Amino acid sequence: MTEDTMSLFEETALNAKNKRVQGLYRTLFMLMTLLLITPVVIILATLVVKGSAVLSIDFLFTDPTDGMTAGGIFPALLGTVWLVTVALLVSVPLGVAAAIYLSEYAPDNWFTRLINLAIINLAGVPSIVHALFGVGAFVIFFGFGTSILAASLTLAIMTLPVVIVATRESLQAVPQAFREACWNMGATRWQTIRKVVLPNSISGILTGVILEVSRTTGETAPVMFTGAAFFLPFLPQSVFDQTMAMSLHLFVVSTQVPHVPEALPYGVALVLIGMVLIMNSISIAFRMYLRGKKKW
Amino acid sequence: MMNNAAQIAETTEQAQQYAIRTEKLNLWYGTFQALYDVDFNIRQGMITSLIGPSGCGKSTYLRSVNRINERLGYVRIEGNIDVFGQNIYDPSVELVQVRKQIGMVFQRPNPLPISIRDNILFGHKLHSGGRASRSEQDGIVEDALRQVLLWDKVKDRLNRKATELSLEEQQKLCIARLLPVKPRVLLMDEPCSALDPKGTAAVEELIWELRGKYSILIVTHNMAQARRASEECIFMLMGKVVEHATTDQLFVSPQSQQTADYIEGRYG
Ligand SMILES: Nc1ncnc2c1ncn2[C@@H]1O[C@H](COP(=O)(O)OP(=O)(O)OP(=O)(O)O)[C@@H](O)[C@H]1O
Ligand SMILES: [Mg+2]
Repeated sequence: MTEDTMSLFEETALNAKNKRVQGLYRTLFMLMTLLLITPVVIILATLVVKGSAVLSIDFLFTDPTDGMTAGGIFPALLGTVWLVTVALLVSVPLGVAAAIYLSEYAPDNWFTRLINLAIINLAGVPSIVHALFGVGAFVIFFGFGTSILAASLTLAIMTLPVVIVATRESLQAVPQAFREACWNMGATRWQTIRKVVLPNSISGILTGVILEVSRTTGETAPVMFTGAAFFLPFLPQSVFDQTMAMSLHLFVVSTQVPHVPEALPYGVALVLIGMVLIMNSISIAFRMYLRGKKKW
Repeated sequence: MMNNAAQIAETTEQAQQYAIRTEKLNLWYGTFQALYDVDFNIRQGMITSLIGPSGCGKSTYLRSVNRINERLGYVRIEGNIDVFGQNIYDPSVELVQVRKQIGMVFQRPNPLPISIRDNILFGHKLHSGGRASRSEQDGIVEDALRQVLLWDKVKDRLNRKATELSLEEQQKLCIARLLPVKPRVLLMDEPCSALDPKGTAAVEELIWELRGKYSILIVTHNMAQARRASEECIFMLMGKVVEHATTDQLFVSPQSQQTADYIEGRYG
């Protein structure tokens, strides 16, 4: 064996240096990741440790008592379900229809591009601005007063851009070749959408939309001015009533009411996060299930 | 001198002889002219192949015949394409009917992500309003699959997803699903270029089988394929038609030097 062939597979100085550098970056990125998830873990752990004491079935299903320093959170829980449901009922059909138009029908011209730009920017509008818009438009101008309807519409307007973007992404994930196949057999645009595009994107649309909308569960500002009350002695009977809401309730018991037992706000926060996490998990599980079934 | 009636009789006779008549077709993508005075007639019930170097406008021509080009806002078209005697660019023409009469097969097989059976019935359902009994549908599926020589292979798995088939089978299926709507013209844009040699041979054989029942215009880069699988051949170069002859004649004694150079492989 010659000298040459022996050294063929030996580590050189350069190899060693590159390896050290690569190891360094790997560690660096790993530390960043750990750093990133630390606050999440701490928040969740604190909530569980401090809040689980108050958690019980009764806590979920009874009214607050003693000036909100005791009792449960039922009106707030129910209120949030109302608010999110009505918001969904408005924003999903509207947003999905708009996304279908933009992705499947609209010609690619400056006007469409302007609309797309507007939608992206709308998604970045702070929620307090939406809240004030909601007061002006729904509470005062349309005369809904402070009510579930006004608050839900405000939430709906706020989520529309993300619903549109999520839907459009799902639609655009459907290969163009499928559309061409349909058009070339003489299908109209609508037949193509109805028979091929929607069936192949509806799962993505739904999960994307649930994921986005679940975020509104925790929104405080938009509902505080438009339909959510600090405390109500009765449950809402229709969408024209005011309601309590989880997010606002959390704000109230942690900052506005004296002599609240320490565990109570943590318990409320835990339930609120739990609601969001459950919705997210359902949507992610659903998405994974459907992705497994898809093949292209 | 012929009298009018005889003249009309003669023109209709001619029109019936040709599936596609193209007159002075010019096409621009924006300011770029892709077709120059394209002028040729495609005979009914025959296989005509369209050959020429990359970028000479073969696909552009094909896409003008079933009017997909116009989807692009910047395309301008002048001239006429008559299909069975009717100008398909006439304002009174219904686009859906054009697409129905003129089927198109793409380079990459594009079956829909539904079952084999539903792929075959897709076009039929579109155009019949979906009113067909189960047994009628079975008949349509079997007939279409038999025509593309696929029936024996897939008859036991009609409800499986079409996307699970091999590329060759997918391409045959893409041809099969055009047939239930009874198109008169089939356009194929390099239908074999995504297939291996065996698949190519199989699809060629199938195209040959369809001769006579449909008027077929096939674009190909494969000289041998044009020679084997077509009866007439058109050679295009830089957006112009250079030569149009029977395949034998074009390959054995090309009239134009450019054609001769191309078939001997002197262009890309
Ligand atoms: N959508 C388009 N927009 C602008 N120019 C285009 C478009 N499609 C094709 N062209 C141009 O038109 C010319 C003809 O293209 P075409 O696709 O018809 O060629 P082809 O003969 O089919 O080539 P190939 O053998 O590579 O498929 C080319 O120069 C091409 O760049
Ligand atoms: Mg081409």
